[in-house]
Amino acid sequence: MESRLLESQTTRIAGEDHLANGISTKLLRRPRVGETIIQSILLICGAISILTTLGIVYELGKESLLFFGREEVSLIEFLTKTTWQPVAGEFGVLPLVNATLMTSFFAMLVALPLGLSAAIYLSEYASPRARSILKPILEILAGVPTVVYGYFALTFMTPLLRSIFGADTVQIYNTMSAGLVMGIMILPLVSSMSEDALNAVPYSLREAAYGLGATRLETAIKVVVPAAFSGIVAAFIIGMSRAVGETMIVAIAAGSGPAFTFNPFRSAETMTGYIARISGGDLAYDTPDYNSIFAIGLLLFSITLVLNMLSRRAATHFREVYE
Amino acid sequence: MRSIFSLADKNEKTNLVKRYRVGKVWHAVFFLSTAIGLVALVTLLLSIVNQSFGLMAVEYKVDPATLANRPLEELSDTELIDILKSNVSKIRLRTLEKEKPLEQRLHDELLELVNAQVVGQRIVNTWNLYDSIFRRSEIEAEAAKDYPNARLEFRAWLNWQFLKNTMSSQAQFAGIRTALLGSLNLILYTILFALPIGIGAAIYLEEYARKDLWFNRVIQTNIDNLAGVPSIVYGILGLAIFVRALQPLTSGALFGTPAENGRTILSAGLTMALLVLPIIIINAQEAIRAVPDTLRQASYGLGATKWQTIWSHVLPYALPGILTGTILAISRAIGETAPLILVGASTYITTDPSGPFSHFTALPIQIYNWTTRAQGEFRSIAAAAIIVLMTTLLMINASAILLRNRYSKKI
Repeated sequence: MESRLLESQTTRIAGEDHLANGISTKLLRRPRVGETIIQSILLICGAISILTTLGIVYELGKESLLFFGREEVSLIEFLTKTTWQPVAGEFGVLPLVNATLMTSFFAMLVALPLGLSAAIYLSEYASPRARSILKPILEILAGVPTVVYGYFALTFMTPLLRSIFGADTVQIYNTMSAGLVMGIMILPLVSSMSEDALNAVPYSLREAAYGLGATRLETAIKVVVPAAFSGIVAAFIIGMSRAVGETMIVAIAAGSGPAFTFNPFRSAETMTGYIARISGGDLAYDTPDYNSIFAIGLLLFSITLVLNMLSRRAATHFREVYE
Repeated sequence: MRSIFSLADKNEKTNLVKRYRVGKVWHAVFFLSTAIGLVALVTLLLSIVNQSFGLMAVEYKVDPATLANRPLEELSDTELIDILKSNVSKIRLRTLEKEKPLEQRLHDELLELVNAQVVGQRIVNTWNLYDSIFRRSEIEAEAAKDYPNARLEFRAWLNWQFLKNTMSSQAQFAGIRTALLGSLNLILYTILFALPIGIGAAIYLEEYARKDLWFNRVIQTNIDNLAGVPSIVYGILGLAIFVRALQPLTSGALFGTPAENGRTILSAGLTMALLVLPIIIINAQEAIRAVPDTLRQASYGLGATKWQTIWSHVLPYALPGILTGTILAISRAIGETAPLILVGASTYITTDPSGPFSHFTALPIQIYNWTTRAQGEFRSIAAAAIIVLMTTLLMINASAILLRNRYSKKI
C-alpha cells in the first residue's frame, strides 16, 4: 500500500517534472526571430552615426589627397604660404586661418567675460524670479538662426562701428563686426555651460566660505569659480569650437576674398566663408576649387574635433572631482 | 595690548566696508553682463522691424492713375490685358504671348507684367522705419532735391503679396512662397529620415547595448563628437555623398523622373537628417533613461518580451522627452543655411517644390541671397523674410510645446 502510494507519487512527480520541463524548454528555447530582427535593426540605426563619421573622414581625406596630388599644390606651401589665389596657382591657407582666428578672437572677447559674468550672476546672485526671466531670454538668443545674426552684423553692427571709428577706417565688410556679433551668438552657450558647472559645486564649499566671513563676491570668485574651473574651461573651448565652425555670420559680414591682414577693420575671408562662397552656384566636380573645399573642410573638421575632445576631457576631469 | 586690538578692529571695520563696496560694484557688473543678452535680443528684433517698414522713393514711366480710375490691384484680368494691349508694342506683346498666353496668366502675374512693361515702377531709394517717422521732413526735402521725378510712398515690405508671390528680380514684386514651401518640404524629409533612425539608435544604446563592449562605447563617443561638427562639414559630406555619389538615387533617375542633377530636396533632406541626428539621439536617450526601471520590471513580470516592454511601456513614457528633442532638431534645421548652400539650393526658383526630386530654395537661403545684395530694397525684403522665418520658428516651437504638455498629462 505504502509502496504503491510512493510509486504513484513518484510517477506523478515524474509526470509533472516532464510537463514542467516541456513548458520551460518551450519558453526558454523558442527562438524569438522577431526580437532578434528588431535588435539588429536598432543596431543598424546606432551604427549609422559611425557611418556618418567614416563618411566625413573618407570623403574629406580622399578629396584632400586629390587636392594635394595636384602638381600646383604642395602640403608645405598650403600650410605656410600667406597668399590664396587659386587662379595664380597659389594655395596658402594662412590668410583664411588667420581670418578665422581673428573673428573667433573677437567672439571670445565678447562671449567669455560676458558669459562667465552672466553665469556667476544666474548661479550665485539671481533670485528665482530674475532667473526665470533672464534664462529664457538667453535661450531665445541661442535659438536665433545664424543667417539672422549675419544680417544683424551687416545692417547694425557694421554701421555702428563705422560711426564710432569713422567710415574711412572701417570697411563695409570687416572681421570685427562679424566677430562681435558671433560673440553674442555664443554667449548663451558659454553662460549656460558655465552655470551648470557653477551649480554643480557642492553647497558645503560656499557655506564654509561664508562661515569664515567671506562676502558673497569673495565666495563666488575665490571659492566657487576656482572649484568649477575645469567646467568653465570646457565651456570656453566649446564656444571657441563653435566660433571656428560658424559660417553664415562671416560669409555675410566678414567679406569675400582672402586677405592676410591683422587689421580687424578690413575685410578678410575665413575658412568657412571661403567654402560657402566657392560652393554657391554650380561648382564643377574635380576642379581645384572643388577639391580645395575638402582640404579646407578637413582642416576645419580637425580643429573643431581637437577642441571638442579637449573640452570633453576638461568636463570629465571636473566631474571626477565633484560627482 | 588693548590699543593694538582696537587698532586691528578699526582696520577690520574700514576693510569690511570696502569689501562690501567692491562686492556691490561687482554685483552690478554681473547683472549688467546678463542684461546685455536682453539688450542684444531687443536690438536685434528692433533693427529687423526697423528695416522691414519705411518710405521709398519710386519713379514711374507712366503714372498708374492715368491708366485707370481705380488702383491697379483692383482691376480685373481682362482690364489688365486691355491695358497691356493698348500700351505695349506689337512685337513685345507677341513675345509675351509666346512665353505664356496672356489669358492663361494669373492675376498677380498680369499685375507684375503691367507694372514692369507699362508703369515702369523703379525704386530709387529706401529709408528705414525710424527715419521715416522722425526725419520725415528731411527725407521729403532730400527726395525732392535728388529724385525730382520720384514719388515718396510708405511701404510695409512684409505684406500679403510678399507671402504669396514667387521670386522676382525686382524687390517690390518678390515673394517667399517658393522659399517657405521649400523650407517646409525640407523639414518634412529631414524628420522622416532622422526621427525613426534617431529613436532607434537611442533605444539600442539605452536598452540593448552592453556598456562594457568597446563597440557600443565607440558609438556613444562618436555621437557626442558628431554633435560638435560644424554644419558646413555636413554640407561638404552631403555634396560628396548625396549630391554626387548617389546622384542616380537623389536626382530620381532610378525612378524615372530625372532632375538634371542631384541638387534636390531629397539630398538636402538627407544631409539635414544627418545634421540633426545627434540632437535627436541625445535627447531621446535622456528621455529613455528617465523612464523608471519599475515600469520595465512590471512588464517583464507579466511575461512581456523585451520589445513588447519597450514598445508599449518605455516609449510612451519617454515620448514627451523625445518630442522635445524633435522640436530642437526642427528649429535647428529650419534656420540652417550653410549645408544648403553646399548641397546646392538655388536662389532663383519660381515653381513650387513638387516632390523629393525637385530643385528647391529655402527661406534662410533667400535671406542670405537678399542680404548680400547692395540695394536697400533687398535688405528690406530680407528683413521681412527674417520676420517670417522667426515667426515660423516660434509657431513650430509653441505648437510642439502644447502637444508635449498634452501628452505628458495623459501619462
